[in-house]
Amino acid sequence: MADVISADAPAAGLSISETSKGTERLHRAIFIGLAVALAVAPFVAYPVFVMKVMCFALFALAFNLLLGYGGLLSFGHAAYFGMASYVSAYTAKHWGLTPELAILSGTIIAAALGAVFGSLAIRRQGIYFAMITLALAQMVFFFSLQTPRFTGGEDGIQAVPRGKLFGLVSLADDRALYWLVAVIFMAGLLLIYRIIHSPFGQVCKAIRDNEPRAISLGYRANQYKLAVFVLSATLAGLAGATKAIVFQLASLTDVHWSMSGEVVLMTLVGGLGTVFGPIAGALVIVSMQNYLASFGAWVTVIQGCIFVVCVLLFREGIVGVIAKAIKRPL
Amino acid sequence: MFELLGIPPQALFGQVLLGLINGSFYAILSLGLAVIFGLLNIINFTHGAQYMMGAFVAWMGLNYLGLNYWAALVLSPIVVGFTGVVIERLLLKRIAHLDHLYGLLLTFGLALIVQGLFRNSYGSSGLPYQIPPQLAGGHNLGFMFLPNYRGWVVIASLVVCLATWFMIEKTKLGAYLRAATENPTLTQAFGINVPLLVTLTYGFGVALAAFAGVLAAPIYSVNPNMGADLIIVVFAVVVIGGMGSILGSIITGFSLGLIEGLTKVFYPEASATVIFIIMVLVLLVKPAGLFGRTA
Amino acid sequence: MKFKSLLLAGAFAALMSGTAFAQVSVKVGVLNDRSGLYADLSGEGSVIAARMAVEDFKAADKGIKVDIISADHQNKPDVGSTIARQWYDQDGVDVIMDVPTSSVALAVNQITKEKNKIFINSGAAASDLTGSACSPNTIHWTYDTYALAQGTGGAMVKAGGDTWFFLTADYAFGHALERDTAAIVTKNGGKVLGAVKTPFPGTDFSSFLLQAQASKAKVIGLANAGGDTINSIKQAGEFGIVAGGQKLAGLLVFITDVNALGLQTAQGLVLTESFYWDTNDQTRAWSDRFAKLNGGKKPSMVQAGVYSGLLHYLKAVEATKSKDPTVVMAKMKELPTDDPLFGKGKVREDGRKMHDMYLFEVKKPSESKGPWDYYKQIAVLPAEQAFRPLSEGGCSFIKK
Repeated sequence: MADVISADAPAAGLSISETSKGTERLHRAIFIGLAVALAVAPFVAYPVFVMKVMCFALFALAFNLLLGYGGLLSFGHAAYFGMASYVSAYTAKHWGLTPELAILSGTIIAAALGAVFGSLAIRRQGIYFAMITLALAQMVFFFSLQTPRFTGGEDGIQAVPRGKLFGLVSLADDRALYWLVAVIFMAGLLLIYRIIHSPFGQVCKAIRDNEPRAISLGYRANQYKLAVFVLSATLAGLAGATKAIVFQLASLTDVHWSMSGEVVLMTLVGGLGTVFGPIAGALVIVSMQNYLASFGAWVTVIQGCIFVVCVLLFREGIVGVIAKAIKRPL
Repeated sequence: MFELLGIPPQALFGQVLLGLINGSFYAILSLGLAVIFGLLNIINFTHGAQYMMGAFVAWMGLNYLGLNYWAALVLSPIVVGFTGVVIERLLLKRIAHLDHLYGLLLTFGLALIVQGLFRNSYGSSGLPYQIPPQLAGGHNLGFMFLPNYRGWVVIASLVVCLATWFMIEKTKLGAYLRAATENPTLTQAFGINVPLLVTLTYGFGVALAAFAGVLAAPIYSVNPNMGADLIIVVFAVVVIGGMGSILGSIITGFSLGLIEGLTKVFYPEASATVIFIIMVLVLLVKPAGLFGRTA
Repeated sequence: MKFKSLLLAGAFAALMSGTAFAQVSVKVGVLNDRSGLYADLSGEGSVIAARMAVEDFKAADKGIKVDIISADHQNKPDVGSTIARQWYDQDGVDVIMDVPTSSVALAVNQITKEKNKIFINSGAAASDLTGSACSPNTIHWTYDTYALAQGTGGAMVKAGGDTWFFLTADYAFGHALERDTAAIVTKNGGKVLGAVKTPFPGTDFSSFLLQAQASKAKVIGLANAGGDTINSIKQAGEFGIVAGGQKLAGLLVFITDVNALGLQTAQGLVLTESFYWDTNDQTRAWSDRFAKLNGGKKPSMVQAGVYSGLLHYLKAVEATKSKDPTVVMAKMKELPTDDPLFGKGKVREDGRKMHDMYLFEVKKPSESKGPWDYYKQIAVLPAEQAFRPLSEGGCSFIKK
């Protein structure tokens, strides 16, 4: 089954093949705009909140890399996000690693986990793929629940020290940490942008749109799929590892399947297969959770409604709609 | 715990029987998923929520209308099945022409809404539902004390599963259904109302989930979250069985219940994961699932 | 955002001028589960209890202005710690109350210490809050796992239930409950015949109950909580375990759980609590008032603890005319506690609130006179006996 999930959003399908000078300029402007917004944000908004948005945006970007450009819907991305956050928290707290090393080790574990799960999951496609990733992620959840020595069980790993960057700069102050997170986020975004626009990204999209044809052209589809899967898991891990340092906590929430659902929602709201969509989606969903927190279970209901509305009426997502309006891929 | 490893064979029979009971729920639920998947090609993520609705409708029937368990066993699947029909007509139909993954996302959203609404209205602590008086008590089978109700669950689910299998494989209606699964356009050309068939199938699959919910109500507390975690296990069951055959999903459901039951005796810590581990093994050997046809 | 904070500041200034006579203004955050498993035993009821405390204390007359805000932590440590951080950083909250679910309580405990505020926990069970995770900023008010184990474990053995089998939810909290209770059972001369770890969260306990039945232990200890406890009690009834002569001991059961189970199912269950509405005239009077505000539901011990804890906090604020956490906390530990719900007691140096605990047995349906008439008292455990001795907690700031 050739997954057409993002071919449905025409703007996305066009984005690479028609990268014109104008589009490139527009994208550059957006990057600069984002950088400026991030530079100003901590002075106007609550820095912890902005950091949370960035972590989830990076997570959604990583997820979108797999779905939007690999055509594979993973319902188990919480596994990489959560496992990386555990490893990052554990190494920072118990081994006393500096934050950058802790984040790095979390990311590496996510990559390894992605390689194992990816090689299992890409044996099937479409809906089966979604269910297998979900079930594998559930195994990670039970593993986390049952190894309290490592994960702290339901308490999670708490009071993770933010430590000193490179052993020199203390990150205890929210502002100081903010710059680190902003740099990680921008680096992740640039990397994903680069991947999408590389020859490798082109082949991935060819496979997404028509796998048998890509195979007949001599591409080893499975290797490409696995590669994009691992990349996506790694970046999701980067997001999770960073989140653990920001909140000084890694917990079961990060590996639970509802987290996998949330990242799907963010990507869907922002715009599947658009470069910048997941960022918008993460901003919307995280703000919503933040400001509606007092409504308790209604948050779930609202999230469900957004899901349904997006699937029925709004499949392009926020950024997809904008892209359509200005007739340029975003 | 190790003193339990030397359990006498009689005790083992007890555990096997209990495993079968759990397997009954897996079987009915995975059967419903398979029926829906066969014709609509979507994985119904709302299945868990619909199982929960089945239990809740039984509870509401008892507490608001005074309907007893037996009435609920018939009415609840009809009521919930009807909501399924509405969902298919109003929502799923609109996205039928799209990638099937959208169906997964849509039903996931629906599951969140349904669970959230029930949690708002009834809280999460669960509501009591008594075992019907006719099935209260139990029998001492020598090797174990078998509550009558549990015995009933196994029998009822076996009957329902086999009836479904018979209907699909041996009746005319089933033939239409199978034809529409193979080639909807051609079937439509033969004058069979395929859209109606699709709607009814979805309603029927949902009704199966609700039936399982009513069966579960007296054993587990009626709780808005009761389906949420179960459904993921059932997904794994479905992956293991492969969704090609109706009989396959029934057999897989019962046997995985059995395996899980035995794990609970020998290594209880792993009983939550054993099904997922089997899933990985099956995927390595037979990616299409035990009874699946390679797509 | 800037505009919004300006607006807020304006509104705040207006409020301040309106209550210019107020000497101290404190903000209380009730953080608990408002939608999940523990919503019934804490939730909105705890907020009602907090309001009643402010009212009964006549705070306004004494020149103390009290604001109460509340939020839902969904039993997730990350959600809880985000809210706590934001409350302290941005919303000017002085004291956080309640916080059921040990994992969230430990997270809030940590943040409160970091930000030097006050945390009065009523809802959580973890005895670590006054042990290895103790903090000079935390008071653990209502109960803890040690006291529950001491009550249920100790008393059951004395009553002849000297052989035990545990059904333990396979997560850190379940393990802790089993460990604490098993220690007390053995100490009192009882014997633990076995234990089985059940997957968490679980729905089907029949297989484990069968193992418990086969062990022939006199008491089956349920080292689990919430839905697990409810399901295991329900299924024990189904398999005729209580009818067969074995007793069930709920190591963490609240009156709201008994209400959810119904007496038919819960009868005979033995459990420990620190508060029951039908203890004396004072508790009855207070609980009637509470029930009127809470849709007819009687208070749980957690909700009673929120009332009692906030009352004591306000007393300390009045006495010191300050809301400086260090000053207020010192006063709270110095002043003896006294309120209609828990009677006389004190707050120990390590933050442990000391009061008596009670061992109850759930009544048979025939013994109950009506709704919420659920318990008969079996024993009273004096505070010194119920709670872990100061020296054994391993709290870091207590001088040995």
